[in-house]
Amino acid sequence: MNAEKTITPKLVVRDLNFYYGKDRALKDINLTIPEKMVTAFIGPSGCGKSTLLRAFNRMYQLYPKQKATGEILLDGENILDKKQDLNTLRAKIGMVFQKPTPFPMSIYDNIAFGAKLYEKFSRHDMDERVEWALKKAALWTEVKDKLKQSGTGLSGGQQQRLCIARAIAVKPQVLLLDEPTSALDPISTAHIEKLIDELKEDFTIVIVTHNMQQAARVSDYTAYMYLGDLIEFGDTSTVFTNPKRKETEDYITGRFG
Amino acid sequence: MPTSLREAHQKHQNSLDILFRSVTRLSAFAVLALLLAIIASLIVGSMPAIHAFGLGFLTSSEWNPVTDKFGALVPIVGTLVTSGIALLIAIPVSFGIAIFLTELSPRILRRPLGIAIELLGGIPSIIYGMWGLFVFAPLFGDYVEPWINKHLGHMPVIGPFFSGPPMGIGVLAAGIILAIMVIPFIASVMRDVFDVVPTLLKESAYGLGATTWEVVWNVVLPYTKIGVVGGIMLGLGRALGETMAVTFVIGNAHELSKSLLMPGNSISSALANELTEAVGELYTSSLIELGLILFFITFVVLSLARIMLHKLGQREGQTS
Repeated sequence: MNAEKTITPKLVVRDLNFYYGKDRALKDINLTIPEKMVTAFIGPSGCGKSTLLRAFNRMYQLYPKQKATGEILLDGENILDKKQDLNTLRAKIGMVFQKPTPFPMSIYDNIAFGAKLYEKFSRHDMDERVEWALKKAALWTEVKDKLKQSGTGLSGGQQQRLCIARAIAVKPQVLLLDEPTSALDPISTAHIEKLIDELKEDFTIVIVTHNMQQAARVSDYTAYMYLGDLIEFGDTSTVFTNPKRKETEDYITGRFG
Repeated sequence: MPTSLREAHQKHQNSLDILFRSVTRLSAFAVLALLLAIIASLIVGSMPAIHAFGLGFLTSSEWNPVTDKFGALVPIVGTLVTSGIALLIAIPVSFGIAIFLTELSPRILRRPLGIAIELLGGIPSIIYGMWGLFVFAPLFGDYVEPWINKHLGHMPVIGPFFSGPPMGIGVLAAGIILAIMVIPFIASVMRDVFDVVPTLLKESAYGLGATTWEVVWNVVLPYTKIGVVGGIMLGLGRALGETMAVTFVIGNAHELSKSLLMPGNSISSALANELTEAVGELYTSSLIELGLILFFITFVVLSLARIMLHKLGQREGQTS
């Protein structure tokens, strides 16, 4: 799809295993996620695609019984290393969730929240950053006159774009999207998909989706997972039109899953 | 035959429904009637005192059954100050307890700690009073108050509030006992409302790299502010009206003193102490007027809380 782009690995996963208590949810995952492209994880419920996504920003660390072994290299540095500072990691790897989660504060403050955790801003600089993030998330024209109003008053689709703006306001390198459109109507979904296409100019994007058409539409690379195994990974057009594995073909043709 | 049977059944059901509706309505209106009756009897009972002292009752600190001169300033101040001290201590402590229980505590500890807090809330106030008088006040007078005297008593501005004889019992001791009593209420309400904050919302904030404190302060607290204020009001309501425990440790002196270490009085403890031995119409009536004032204070506090919540809600929608 992006033959003209040179492929640089951004995230490299090596022998990743993940455990919920004693349950092994990911089995020896090896995978390379290229920079400034969209990589989609697909597979039936419970296949471990969200688990894998949540390993990238170590969100699992909030829960004492969950643990990961192996390596995830971000630009060559192992982020699973105990020495890795979580807050710095999450400044580099932003995340957007299944449902819109605007904070109970104004639209402006929602965007400013993350950004001011890491940098000192003058009022003017913050105004610029908020505008930049909202423009990037294609929300600026809709909200520019009501920045002081509560973020919870927006429509679902707008809220989700607000969450994307909030994540990119920190200027991360990687954006993790965990089923970002599963709670949205088709029009809002189309908005977000268009947005993803624009955002990959600046960010490496990893998206988990239930919707195979969505994966086919937005991604450059696709990983098909099943029961904690990475079954197939490759160029999206190849995975969808000419899958190497029988399981993948069964899933994407709808015979299974 | 079957149709008429069904009709009879239907009729029976309908009449049951009507009965049920009237009973519930009656209960609801009974509450209202009771409230009005209590207010009315308080007003009627305090009429003699209102006639004798007028508004001066609120500003006079005299309380002399011998000369039949009564003023409510000391108990009003005592009630407000002890409740104020109680909230000042209880709010941050309860907040800490609730945050620990919902965000930080290992799962195994959550239940036992939660139950312990609820049990603390279930202890009868007389027990707190006895414990306060026999255990807490002596220790407080021997160890804490001398320290307060030495370190805070000579400070400018706040000094006068913290100097005085270290007797253990007094306004400060009553405030602290009250704080211990209201902490379980405030803490368990806060814990319950913190528990309902959606996991995804918290994860979103953690995902931006926020620390636990930043998540709690900027996301959890704003999300739950109505419940939190409600919990604080519940605690304040209890502190304002608390009788037995306060009576035991406040010292029951009708004297206005700047020092928090000195004995004072609160409305409810004055009532508990004196109502049985009040002789003469004016004495009794003055005590009843104290009761009316307490009723009024509680009403005003609750109304202010409602107004505040309403304002917060409005600001949320428009400007905030």
